[in-house]
Amino acid sequence: MMFEANTGGGSNDVQWCFSQVKGAIDDDVAEADIISTVEFNHSGELLATGDKGGRVVIFQQEIENKPQCRSEYNVYSTFQSHEPEFDYLKSLEIEEKINKIRWLPQKNAAQFLLSTNDKTIKLWKISERDKRPEGYNLKEEDGRYIDPNTVTALRVPVFRPMDLMVEASPRRVFANAHTYHINSISINSDHETYLSADDLRINLWHQEITDRSFNIVDIKPANMEELTEVITAAEFHPHQCNTFVYSSSKGTIRLCDMRASALCDTHSKLFEEPEDPSNRSFFSEIISSISDVKFSHNGRYMMTRDYLSVKIWDLNMESRPVETYQVHEYLRNKLCSLYENDCIFDKFECCWNGNDSVVMTGSYNNFFRMFDRGQRRDVTLEASREGSKPQQVLKPRKVCADGKRKKDEISVDSLDFNKKILHTAWHPQDNVIAVATTNNLYIFQDKVN
Amino acid sequence: MDVSAEAKRIMAVSISKLYASRAQRGGMRLHRSLLLSVVMRSARDLYHSACLAKEREELGTAHLVPVTPEEDAMDTTASGEQVEVEVSQVEPEPESPLTPTIQEPMSFDSEATQGACKTRTFIAKETVEDKENRSPVSPDRHSRKRRGKASVAPDFLPSKRARLSLELGEERVLRTGGRTCCRAGDVFTTLSLNSNRAIAAF
Repeated sequence: MMFEANTGGGSNDVQWCFSQVKGAIDDDVAEADIISTVEFNHSGELLATGDKGGRVVIFQQEIENKPQCRSEYNVYSTFQSHEPEFDYLKSLEIEEKINKIRWLPQKNAAQFLLSTNDKTIKLWKISERDKRPEGYNLKEEDGRYIDPNTVTALRVPVFRPMDLMVEASPRRVFANAHTYHINSISINSDHETYLSADDLRINLWHQEITDRSFNIVDIKPANMEELTEVITAAEFHPHQCNTFVYSSSKGTIRLCDMRASALCDTHSKLFEEPEDPSNRSFFSEIISSISDVKFSHNGRYMMTRDYLSVKIWDLNMESRPVETYQVHEYLRNKLCSLYENDCIFDKFECCWNGNDSVVMTGSYNNFFRMFDRGQRRDVTLEASREGSKPQQVLKPRKVCADGKRKKDEISVDSLDFNKKILHTAWHPQDNVIAVATTNNLYIFQDKVN
Repeated sequence: MDVSAEAKRIMAVSISKLYASRAQRGGMRLHRSLLLSVVMRSARDLYHSACLAKEREELGTAHLVPVTPEEDAMDTTASGEQVEVEVSQVEPEPESPLTPTIQEPMSFDSEATQGACKTRTFIAKETVEDKENRSPVSPDRHSRKRRGKASVAPDFLPSKRARLSLELGEERVLRTGGRTCCRAGDVFTTLSLNSNRAIAAF
């Protein structure tokens, strides 16, 4: 496959610059403001974030005429997607936190997205209103009714321009289909169906039908005491509408073909890398659990993220990944502490750039990592307010694993494990990335000369 | 006894995390509970093994039936449901004593056999009963009733154990005395049973 040089190019060609930061400045983070998902739409013009408080904020890229600077993202719409609910049968609260947002491909002037919390998926329509009808015969502009007896002449109401109003309205609510907590949603390339996955089951929905879904994967054992693994992520293939993958807590990925049978409990392919026995520890199982799986845009590869690494798999080879990138190998000796402070359970996501040449994922201390597949180079960058002057080029960071810390390096013990970057997104075409720290969203762009 | 102290600590941390997750908003997370119970089980297995090894050192090797690799194959077929054998594993380094066992019940590399160039697998059938991995249709299942409170709770366990254990309906293992090491270990067997029940409750 030929890589095009300048389209979403490699990380060594790109100098990443700070562009914008969204969110509160103060250090005291309100729990509701914690960002839980970030997603560009298919054109990259819109950027959606979801938070723990159940809100969705959509940013829109303004089309700038000046060639010197890139366009900025400004708030386009904000709405409350999910509210806290209560399951009376189990006496459990259902969190309003938005686990995932996925944009539907655009079919008309309106935009549609799916947002989900632990139990319910909602289809939202985001539409613009920039004109309103004026000149009614029986109604004043403020809405008061006019006495018909006073009307002497008739006129035809016309549309007049108004200030742009963006409305978000829930068009469908897909509820009551998941016993366990939903971790993924993925829209099919057929533009009609989508899947939702929880810990033990995957359901197939039609976008228009809310009162039923098909269960296509069920790994719940007859006796729950025999449970050994759960589903951690699932995604449809970008082009083949019959194919999807799901990852497990044991580090395996199963590719399923919906043409083979209605219930895809039997996989078509099983991707699993044999464990390195020299790395065994109490925590081997936890760190092998896959937290995210993403197909490449071209559909030939998929990427998985486990606690310490990112792996690229060729769909034609099940025995082992074709590439493995260590995100923060220096943490391998700290697994016990990371277990105690719960960090070992953090679920990092990963993403591809537009032409699948670079992959990105987050780490601790507000660091994030990019791996250039072609150039075999990687870089560590930081999302912080210190580096946040407009167009300021980000300086590569380095973590020192042993005691011999060089200048500008950071030692492992100085890392702030409360500052974690779990969610990142890459613009589908351009070198624009969105990186979410705990409660801030950073937007970085490549340097425009 | 670094191995057992570390294993005990990890067990205690795991149990307190499991308990804490019950109070979590949104309910217990199945994935997290599963991972916690896996870690706890590994730690428990290692802790038991270390206790057993210590016990045997104290008592001599009267109960011990070390098995050479040639016999392992026969033993696997004979008591396959109880013991799985790792024959080819190299001895672990002394610096990384936390070699967990993922196969259940235990096969382990005891510190007592360090220096040997081959792994020795001890048939654990007679000495340790792995309650949680019994078939669910086990005949004495009906007799798992609450027999009474344990006399003294180990100090490294969270203080809310009593209240939560009532919710789970755990059985209490009544100990009449004996070695502190193994009594604590048995309590952990019981508590790890509950972790499975915690998952089973989903």
